[in-house]
Amino acid sequence: MTDHFIEDKTTKVNVNLETIGERVDFNDLKSGGFIKQRQKDLFTVRLRCPGGRMETKKLVEISKIADKYSKKGVVHFSFRQSLEILYVDYKEFRNIVSELEKIGQKVASCGPRVRVPTACGGCEYNPNGLTDTQGMAEMVDQKFFGTPTPHKFKTSFSGCPIDCSRTKEMDFGFQGIVEPVWEDPLCTGCTICSEACKEDAIVSDPDTGKPIFDPKKCIFCGDCIRACPTEAWKAKRYGHIVRIGGKHGRHPMESIEVSTFLPDDKVADAIQKTVEWYNANGKRGERIGNTIKRVGIQKYLDFMEPVFKHGSPVNYLAPGV
Amino acid sequence: MGEVKANAHLDLRGVMCPINFVKAKLKLETLEAGEVLELVLDSGEPIQNVPKSIKEEGHKILEVKKEGEHFRLKIQKG
Repeated sequence: MTDHFIEDKTTKVNVNLETIGERVDFNDLKSGGFIKQRQKDLFTVRLRCPGGRMETKKLVEISKIADKYSKKGVVHFSFRQSLEILYVDYKEFRNIVSELEKIGQKVASCGPRVRVPTACGGCEYNPNGLTDTQGMAEMVDQKFFGTPTPHKFKTSFSGCPIDCSRTKEMDFGFQGIVEPVWEDPLCTGCTICSEACKEDAIVSDPDTGKPIFDPKKCIFCGDCIRACPTEAWKAKRYGHIVRIGGKHGRHPMESIEVSTFLPDDKVADAIQKTVEWYNANGKRGERIGNTIKRVGIQKYLDFMEPVFKHGSPVNYLAPGV
Repeated sequence: MGEVKANAHLDLRGVMCPINFVKAKLKLETLEAGEVLELVLDSGEPIQNVPKSIKEEGHKILEVKKEGEHFRLKIQKG
């Protein structure tokens, strides 16, 4: 079970549970999150911070714990938004975990399982945000964190097509979108929407100033809706573009879009069913992108139909105006 | 929509984002609710960003006119 708490197998370090002795509760290690460092006896303790969001009061408490247990007095912000306490002596695992638990802070995971979701700021405070990415990350963390899978399974949530959370590079990524609709009677022909559209999906009629919309160019960012002074452009519906099979690492792969406008309340079902499919079809040590390459995307899509039918097809175009 | 009389004017041509928005916001703060500010904005980034920020702050854009490479807007303080 040693691989449960050592980052993948690339570190090639064995930690003998016997040497840790009674001081470490096996359950503390089982969820992973302890990563062997170069330095003898020292580990990185990775915390579980879904969406990279943390209450300031908790951060203050974590700072105190990090200051106490990090032999070098340093932390690192991981690439997946979780705080890592560096240079922790493995003999202190039990103490640090129990102190973290007291302030409600859990340790993250490594290895072949559903990882802590990452997310941008989302619609709560980011003006571009279309979906509640933070709420989604929290929900996914609660429901799926640590679920065993053939290899690591990374999820992320971006609130808009700028895609700061890089859903295209995730095993399973969700990116917020909005479908714009236009109502002629409210439009004054001011041409702001055609200026605001960065995709050239809207040009203004030279005579009336009213928009001529090219749905093939629209990426559903909602800039037209936000810019319109008279609410002639409105949001018809919000949802997620769902992407599967992306990864970075030594051999990066770009994801495949498998659904659009999937509503918020189907995200958990999508993950549940995808993990089910992955566990049934994936080989040990194989990322889901490679499983899909080997087994075929159609088999996956057929399996997912009961969930993805709640969204729109991948090549969905907004109706013209 | 007919011509609306402005209570204040601000020419933001050549002013970069987000300084143009901040200047518009400060000007709006000197007005009473319901009063109108006339703004001149460059096309490109300013016209892409400033109107939506003004909307988000709860003001109303009454008029927008394109005049060559810039826009003339009338904004009612919310």
